[in-house]
Amino acid sequence: MIGTAWHRRIVLALPWLWTGLFFLLPFAFVLKISFSEAALSVPPYSDFFAYAGGAIVGLKANLANYQLLLSDALYVKAYLSSVKIGAIATFITLLLGYPMAYAIARAAPQRRNVFLVLVMLPFWTSFLIRIYAWMGLLRPTGLINSALLSLGVIDEPLLLLNTPFAVYLGIVYAYLPFMVLPLYARLEKLDPALLEAAADLGAKPWRAFLGVTLPLSRPGILAGCLLVFIPAVGEFVIPELLGGPNTLMIGKVLWSEFFSNRDWPMASALTVVLLVLLVAPIMLLQARREDAP
Amino acid sequence: MTSVIRIAAVSKRFGPSTAVDDVTLDIRENEFLALLGASGCGKTTLLRLIAGLEQPDSGAIFIGGDNMTGTPPYARPVNMMFQSYALFPHMTVADNVAFGLKQDGISGAALTARVKEALEGVELETLGTRKPDQLSGGQRQRVALARCLAKRPKVLLLDEPMAALDKHLRERTQLELMALRARLGITFVVVTHDQSEAMAMADRVAVMEEGRILQVAPPRELYERPANARVARFFGDINLWDAAAAPRRPHPAGIVAIRPERIHMSRTPGSDTVCEGTVADVAYLGTASTCFVTTTTGLTVRVLVRSDEGAPPFTPGERVYLTWPASAMMALDP
Repeated sequence: MIGTAWHRRIVLALPWLWTGLFFLLPFAFVLKISFSEAALSVPPYSDFFAYAGGAIVGLKANLANYQLLLSDALYVKAYLSSVKIGAIATFITLLLGYPMAYAIARAAPQRRNVFLVLVMLPFWTSFLIRIYAWMGLLRPTGLINSALLSLGVIDEPLLLLNTPFAVYLGIVYAYLPFMVLPLYARLEKLDPALLEAAADLGAKPWRAFLGVTLPLSRPGILAGCLLVFIPAVGEFVIPELLGGPNTLMIGKVLWSEFFSNRDWPMASALTVVLLVLLVAPIMLLQARREDAP
Repeated sequence: MTSVIRIAAVSKRFGPSTAVDDVTLDIRENEFLALLGASGCGKTTLLRLIAGLEQPDSGAIFIGGDNMTGTPPYARPVNMMFQSYALFPHMTVADNVAFGLKQDGISGAALTARVKEALEGVELETLGTRKPDQLSGGQRQRVALARCLAKRPKVLLLDEPMAALDKHLRERTQLELMALRARLGITFVVVTHDQSEAMAMADRVAVMEEGRILQVAPPRELYERPANARVARFFGDINLWDAAAAPRRPHPAGIVAIRPERIHMSRTPGSDTVCEGTVADVAYLGTASTCFVTTTTGLTVRVLVRSDEGAPPFTPGERVYLTWPASAMMALDP
């Protein structure tokens, strides 16, 4: 009995250890830096603690970064634009991913794994290379434009690259598996007898879908949307490579604060606010779900 | 009597196996019909064919005189209670019952009244706000029943309605189902693998094997005059002998059958003794014991001996004499 209690404690400790080492500890550093001032030193920010005679005597918490962040229209616009792009891209991913997941879940069992491998296959190539490949496809002299030109569908190249369209395309393409997999996991568990019962009770297929399948797959929809929305909002590579200079996303702002301006405190403050913006709704959802019976 | 469902030469194959093989069956108005057979005999497929959840490869299905072959399940005037009950887990009991009614366009006060009526019919009116996972197995079964009956179907189809209940609840539910059927006056078609359940509840029983119906008859007739040895074997204990080896040989060929309770066993020979043998084994059943007797000709005979016959119980190794009236023997096709 003592042995099993020990085992259980170790098993429970592992995720906490992981979260502590790779999330909470780094986040504490970031939080600390966000309260300091940028400085021409190594590292490039002022010290958080005030020392006197080798002992910490006080904190020099500097809220200027957060004040600037909330007052500067650029940052606020970047946040809003990121959330908008993330939300729209998530919605498109859901519209594409749901029928895919549904079809896989309804396929013959021996074919499901083949389809799932096909969904995950792109992961076998580097993410960066795949986004570069999209640049090659979308550019004015790229594959899509050349094909359309030579077919005579268009007279001059379409502007595809460096547009919001390209950003949405990139996000939907890159994150589709994160939508399909949790939805599939949910839909696959759905008892076919429930749909048969709905039909038997007089429900036409679409009403059975709306009344039974859709509400029962809600946890999958929620999980898929979070898995797509959260990284999409903070996405840097896709807007940088496909969105061009006119796409404003917080990931790009953060990058330039950190690398171009070498303003680590500002970049840290941006990160903290982004995290709070993303985590708060999830915590709310979680709390609501625990309330529900 | 008019038939409410007519199954005309229906066959259904799944890949290489034939689940339902050229079945023709008339289900009468207001009758309680049981489809009885071992698992894989096609009884559930036949039920699903009636519900429209499967479509026949050949043949036709008429419900209330209309040809319903090819009609989807949602357009058929029958409702099915699934073996797993298939209650919608995300809906309350009342919403489960209301689901089917909403599909018919019933709403508002009429809907509330119909849901209340259906739940009262199964004595669950106080549990309308519960979710299915907050109910016991017996309560879930009654919700499933109420959900079907709320639609006021011409025919109620029940797929192994007792399978998920424990034995104690099973007997009570049997009686409740029979009372319900008598009160509502609608046709019940029950699929079951339990012959005692079928015999206790049904007006008629259709015995199925390998996709075919072997015999359709009232329970008493099935027991006393089975159409063949396979039906006889299904219903209770029976001695089946090759006619050539049978004592008293009333028929020259085929199979001779006799129920164990029709044989009288005693320790002393009489003028009417048919054969003698030795008790090989005794299985005590409470109200009676089944004795396995090996006759001098090498035949094994099952004999049912009632416990209240007064004589001391038979024990293995005893010399016994068996007798039975000639009328107790049945000649059967294999």
